[in-house]
Amino acid sequence: MTALRKIFARWLPVYAGLYIVFLYLPVVFLPIFSLNTAVTPKFPLEGLTLKWYEELPNTPALLDAAWNSLVVGIAAAILSTVLGICAARAITRYRFPGRRTINGLIMAPLVLPEIIVAVSMLLVILQMGLDLSLMTVVLGHVLVCIPYSLTVLTSGFEGFDRSLEEASADLGETAFGTFRRVTLPMVTPAIISSLLVSFTISLDEFIMAFFLTGTKPTLPIYIWGQLRFAAKLPGVLALGTLLLVGSFLLLTIAELLRRRAARRSQNTGGAFA
Amino acid sequence: MTAAAEGSPPLALGRRRRSSLLQTEPAQGFALISPTFLYALVLLVVPILVVVAHSFWTQNYLTIDRSFTLENYRVALTEPIYRDLLMRSLWISLLVSFFTVVMAYPIAYFISFHGGQHKGLWLFLITIPFWTSYLLRVMSWRVILGYNGVLNSGLMGLGFISEPSTALLYNTSAVVITLTHAWAAFAILPIFVSLEKVDRSLIEAATDLGDGPLRRFLRITLPLSSPGVIAALLIVMIPTVGDFVTPRLVGGKDGVMIANAIQAQFSKAANWPLGAALSVTTMVIVTAMAAAAVLIIRSAARLAR
Repeated sequence: MTALRKIFARWLPVYAGLYIVFLYLPVVFLPIFSLNTAVTPKFPLEGLTLKWYEELPNTPALLDAAWNSLVVGIAAAILSTVLGICAARAITRYRFPGRRTINGLIMAPLVLPEIIVAVSMLLVILQMGLDLSLMTVVLGHVLVCIPYSLTVLTSGFEGFDRSLEEASADLGETAFGTFRRVTLPMVTPAIISSLLVSFTISLDEFIMAFFLTGTKPTLPIYIWGQLRFAAKLPGVLALGTLLLVGSFLLLTIAELLRRRAARRSQNTGGAFA
Repeated sequence: MTAAAEGSPPLALGRRRRSSLLQTEPAQGFALISPTFLYALVLLVVPILVVVAHSFWTQNYLTIDRSFTLENYRVALTEPIYRDLLMRSLWISLLVSFFTVVMAYPIAYFISFHGGQHKGLWLFLITIPFWTSYLLRVMSWRVILGYNGVLNSGLMGLGFISEPSTALLYNTSAVVITLTHAWAAFAILPIFVSLEKVDRSLIEAATDLGDGPLRRFLRITLPLSSPGVIAALLIVMIPTVGDFVTPRLVGGKDGVMIANAIQAQFSKAANWPLGAALSVTTMVIVTAMAAAAVLIIRSAARLAR
C-alpha cells in the first residue's frame, strides 16, 4: 500500500504538469504563429516579423468590429452587473419563498445549449418585428453574462457582516446612507470584478452574436468571416494574441479585486466579532 | 455591539414602524430580485416557450401556419439525416463529458489535496486558457492537428511517421479533443469545490481504522465528491450537444452535429418550425441522457459507501 501511495504521490504532479501543457497547447501557438513570416502555420518558422500586427490598424473592417465589440461589451457589462447586484443582494441578504427556483432560472443559461438560447431569442425578436442590431446582441450577452456576474457578486457579498449595516442604521443613517457609506465601499471590488468578467465574456462571445447581430459585426463575427481565407490566418492570429493579452490583464485585475473583496469582508467581520 | 445587533431580528425597527405587507423581509427580497428574474423570464423562458410552440406549427414560405401538427417531430426523429446527426451529437457529448470529467478529476484532486498554499494560483492558471477567444482555440487545434500541422510535423521530425497523417483532423475524434479542451475548466471547478468540502477527519478516521489509500479514496473521497462530478457532467454534457463552431471548423464531414442542422434551419433553409422541433428534441433527449447519468452516478456513490 505504501508503494501504491508513493507511485500516486509521484505521478499526480506529473499528470498535473502534462494537463497544464494540454490546456496551454493551443494558446501558445497563437502568439508563435502570429510572428511567423509565412502564411501557413507550420514548423519550422520561416522567420520572425511584426508585419501582421502592423497591418491590423490599417484594416477598417477590423476597427469597426472592434468598436462594435467595445460598445456591446460595455453595455452588456453594465447591465448584467446591475441585474447581478440586485439578484446577489437579494439572495445573500433575504430569505423568501422561491429563492432557489429563481436563482436556478437566472443561472440556467450556463447549462443550456447556447444555440438554443440564441435561436429562441432570435425567433421572439423577429416575431415582434424588431430589427436585429447591436442592441439585440447586448440583450443576448446580458443573459449569458448574468450567471457569471451573479457568481462573482455572491461570493463578494457573502461573508459580508450584516451587523455593520444594522449598526449604521441604529446610529441613525438612512437606508440610502447606509448603502452608500457602509455597503458600497465593501462591495466595490466585487462589482468591478463582475464588470470586467462580463466585459471579457461579451468580447469573446460568438454564438449569440452570430444569430442576433444585424449588419454590424462584433470581433468574433469578424474573425469567423476571416477564417474562411487561409491567407488571412496570420492577421487573425495576431488579433487573437492581442485579445488574449487584453483578456488576461482584465481577468488578473478582476481576480485580484475579487480576492481583496473576499479578504476585506472577512477581515472586517473578524475585527468586529 | 455585535451581540446586541445579532440578538434583535433584522429590520425589526422598520417592520414595527411600517407593518404593511410590502415591507416584510420576503417581499423586499422578492422585489430586489425581480428585475433580474423578469429579465430571465422575458428573454429566456418566454422565448423557449415560443420555440416549443413553433415546433408544432408549419411554415408556408414566409407565413407560419398555426394549426397543430406533429409532422416536424416525425421528420426530426425519423429522417435518417437528422436521426444520425442527433445520435452522433449525443454520442459526442457523452464522450466529451466522460473524458472531460475523468481527465479533470485528478487535477481537481491534486489541487484540493496537494495544492497547499497555491490553490488559488492553480485555479487561476487553469482558467486562463478558457478566456482565450473560443473561435481561436478551435482554430488553434486545427493548426495543431492539421495535415501540415504542428503534431504531424513534430512526429515527422522525430521520425515516428514518414508522411503526414490525415487521421488527426476532420473527424469525430478531432471534435472530441477540441471540446474536451474547451470544457476543462468547467469540469475542474465544480469537482474542486466538492472535494474541498470533503471532511478530512473522515479520511483520517478511515486510515486509523486500517483502510489503505485506494480503499479510502473509493469509499470516502470519491462518493463524497460525487455532487461535483454530477455538476461537472451536467455543465459539460448539455451545452456540448449544441455546439456548432467546433464541428464546423475541425469536424469535417463525419463530425457534423445537430446544432449545424439547427443553425441551417434558422438561416439558409429557413424552416423555423423544423428548426424548433430539432431544438426541442435535442434538449429533451440530452436532458434525459444527463438525468440517466446522474442517477447512475448517485447509485454508484451509494453502493460504494
